Amino acid sequence: MTLIRTKIGRRSFIKSSALAGGGLMLGFSWLAACKTEAEAEAILQMPDEWFEINGFLKIGDNGVVTIMSPNPEIGQNVKTSMPMIVAEELDVDWNNVIVEQAPLNTEVFTRQLAGGSQSIRQGWQSLRMAGATARQMLIGAAAQAWGVPAEVITTNAGQLKHEGSGKTAGYGEMAAAAVNVEVPEEVKLKEVSEFKIIGTSRKNVDGPKIVTGQPLYGLDYHEEGMLIAMIEHPPAFGMKLKSFDGEAVKAMPGIKDVFSMEVYPDDYTKIWSDATVFDELVVVVGTSTWEVMNAKKALKAQWEPFGEYKDAYEGREQVVPAGLENTTEHYNKLETMGAKLAKVVRKDGDPEAAFKNAAKVLERTYTCPYLAHNTMEPMNFFAHVTDNDAKLVGPIQTPEFMEKSVSQRLGLPLEKIDIQMTRQGGGFGRRLYGHFLVEAAVISKKMNAPVKLVYTREDDMSYGVYRPTYVATYKAAFDENNNLTAFHVRAGGIPESPIYENRFPAGAIDNYLAESWEVGSNISTGAFRAPRSNFIAGAEQAFLDEVAEEMGKDPIDMRLEWLGKAANNPVGEKNDYDASRYAGVLKLVKEKSNWSGDQSGQHRGVSAYYCHNSYVAQVLDMSMQSGKPVIDKVTCAIDCGIVVNPDAAVNMAEGGIVDGIGHAMYSEMTFKEGEPQQSNFDRYRLIRHNEAPKAIDVHFVENEIDPTGLGEPPFPPIMGAVANALYRATGQRHYHQPFMGERALKG
Amino acid sequence: MATYNLNINGKSAQVDVDPATPLLWVLRDHLKLVGTKYGCGIAQCGACTVHIGDGAVRSCQIPVSSVGEQPITTIEGLSENGDHPVQQAWMEVDVYQCGYCQAGQIMQASALLKNNPNPSDEEIEATMSGNICRCGTYTRIRKAIRLAAEKSQNS
Ligand code: FES
Ligand code: FES
Repeated sequence: MTLIRTKIGRRSFIKSSALAGGGLMLGFSWLAACKTEAEAEAILQMPDEWFEINGFLKIGDNGVVTIMSPNPEIGQNVKTSMPMIVAEELDVDWNNVIVEQAPLNTEVFTRQLAGGSQSIRQGWQSLRMAGATARQMLIGAAAQAWGVPAEVITTNAGQLKHEGSGKTAGYGEMAAAAVNVEVPEEVKLKEVSEFKIIGTSRKNVDGPKIVTGQPLYGLDYHEEGMLIAMIEHPPAFGMKLKSFDGEAVKAMPGIKDVFSMEVYPDDYTKIWSDATVFDELVVVVGTSTWEVMNAKKALKAQWEPFGEYKDAYEGREQVVPAGLENTTEHYNKLETMGAKLAKVVRKDGDPEAAFKNAAKVLERTYTCPYLAHNTMEPMNFFAHVTDNDAKLVGPIQTPEFMEKSVSQRLGLPLEKIDIQMTRQGGGFGRRLYGHFLVEAAVISKKMNAPVKLVYTREDDMSYGVYRPTYVATYKAAFDENNNLTAFHVRAGGIPESPIYENRFPAGAIDNYLAESWEVGSNISTGAFRAPRSNFIAGAEQAFLDEVAEEMGKDPIDMRLEWLGKAANNPVGEKNDYDASRYAGVLKLVKEKSNWSGDQSGQHRGVSAYYCHNSYVAQVLDMSMQSGKPVIDKVTCAIDCGIVVNPDAAVNMAEGGIVDGIGHAMYSEMTFKEGEPQQSNFDRYRLIRHNEAPKAIDVHFVENEIDPTGLGEPPFPPIMGAVANALYRATGQRHYHQPFMGERALKG
Repeated sequence: MATYNLNINGKSAQVDVDPATPLLWVLRDHLKLVGTKYGCGIAQCGACTVHIGDGAVRSCQIPVSSVGEQPITTIEGLSENGDHPVQQAWMEVDVYQCGYCQAGQIMQASALLKNNPNPSDEEIEATMSGNICRCGTYTRIRKAIRLAAEKSQNS
């Protein structure tokens, strides 16, 4: 037993965590940074009564407004930007707004999911409606009280006003009556030109808590009597549990139990967010993290290879092949299997003839390794399962889906599953796959106690749902005058292809051929920030750089020429991008990077890509310092429609750029006999402070188009910009990520 | 098990734990000071950075038995009201994305500025490169450190 006695006193701990849980602390610190103490004090007054106007917001009798942020916060800052949209239409002073993370509630909120850069895009209308509806109801209440028509009442920053009589009232005064006003069938939304909050930079609402270390994340979550659980998983993909001896470990200090657990029994039907993962694990449960870690190290378990099996998903089966796979074999397959397996997925014109008649053909092959997501906060989840219900708290990108999984696994009805979302220490796609919720729930049920399941960094990295390994071979045909006559891409991967056959340069080239192939594996893979784009963008944009060089053209001008054709005279009908917006970001980055100006000492690479409904172009400036490439600056142009929170959007773009450079240059996950060869940050290279660009300059195309994705789009293209700048800096083309890795350096 | 009297954030705290327990887990599990984060457990990421005396250390590497009477400062105790110049600069620059690494970054940066009030860019890079930010907020961290240095000098 561990005793805690502290002279700080339990009471003060309880007090500070209770404060941190409510809105009070947030309001205070946040205001303290920008207001005098007296002003802060005034606003600190929490209302005596709250009035819930709709599921998105409640208004206090003193005018303070609480807005719920529906979606999981993984660092993309939706916890600030989504409520900003509600506040805009509600027409309140942002300084009077408190933000709360909404629980999972599919009746009120749609799509409580963080993925595909869709939170703002898909939430846009419903968030605006929520704010506008509440505003209309407040107006209705005032109209009744003042005996005037609703049409003549105006609002401004949380104040209602009737010009004719000069009557005014704060939202707080009308909130009680507004609750009883009939919900309007139709409401008017603001014109873009009327926006006062959207389009202005607002600080992260969790900032004060982050800089003072308040409990925010899943790993920080604690309940009285909570146990700590850790898992031991097969050391290699292709293996399963054979046997284990838990007795010695059970006797270790602080250890409550050691047992094996079926995460997904044979009769369980998976949904996509369960993922094909290890179905049986050994679990160690105890009272403190360190004791459980030690017990886990001492645990002796035997593992054995499994035979091929089928994983049952809703409406389909996935074959999981047997075998202990190696990275060298993976690369062999990537090099050789395409010729055998590739299928045509798009064909325009007569590419075969064009290649046959070509005066010259340029052919290049690009590869990338598996990647681990490596969220800074390892996978974890709290669960308290009783006979009747289950409470789960922690970081998950797909609460809506995992609620179903937990329900099926426990045999409890959906409405008995309560999932609460904490702030999440990164997502990048890894927390789309919530097998760890199911694990936590099963462990809690078995222990009949509240349990927090914690993955060590090693578990997190070696039990991943990795970014697949990919290959793409590009071919361009030229006539004797160096005009491009045909374009061919053949892309594949293990276990999925990275191809997007209808994206640029499809639509710009008369003779175009795209082929795709894939081959199975038992290594768990899934979505990783900008799935598939995160490889194919860099490969394609590096190839276009060589094509431009071959044609003797400026790489930006060549792309603009092609986009001009795609805009005015497109080839085919299924092109899934807007050529003029695509050209728009290239023109903007050309201007902002002073592309045509003096470039002495700088080696520049350009790249542009469209994904998740947004357009991004980047210019990367590199110099060589003592034989090493140093990234001095990245200039980035983005068209994602209306930008809700500009400085936070810049932050997101900066992050995508740094992340992309890091993965292109340094990171890889390799396998030997099925075993991940990197399991912590000593062997898995992530980009570090000194390797980040010295400056990042982000610009947005200004327009009034509804907002589109931003979490992913700045990430894929930068890999091409890195490759192209490296070529100018070193004279060497780089085809294999990570560019600073062994395989890449061997060429 | 052994009893230790620790001096944390200017107050004393007593814990009864295995002597080998890293300070990180004593803080997080036993004292519920969860601002100090676990990232790697092997001194590679800096998420667990705290101050012992004036120096930044990786609390995942410090057995509780080796701390003795030395004063420990965690992110919760860096300032009384969350207004240390580094904390203020972090909020002004709005550094964080997911925020998970930032307690470690702030503790590393505040130790740097204490020992070197006006660091050069090279010195910032050299000191901060042991702290990983998976979200890639490095350029903002640099900016916030420069701002904090200015703030400290003007105050
Ligand atoms: S947790 Fe201590 S350095 Fe990573
Ligand atoms: S802000 Fe997410 S790891 Fe640094």
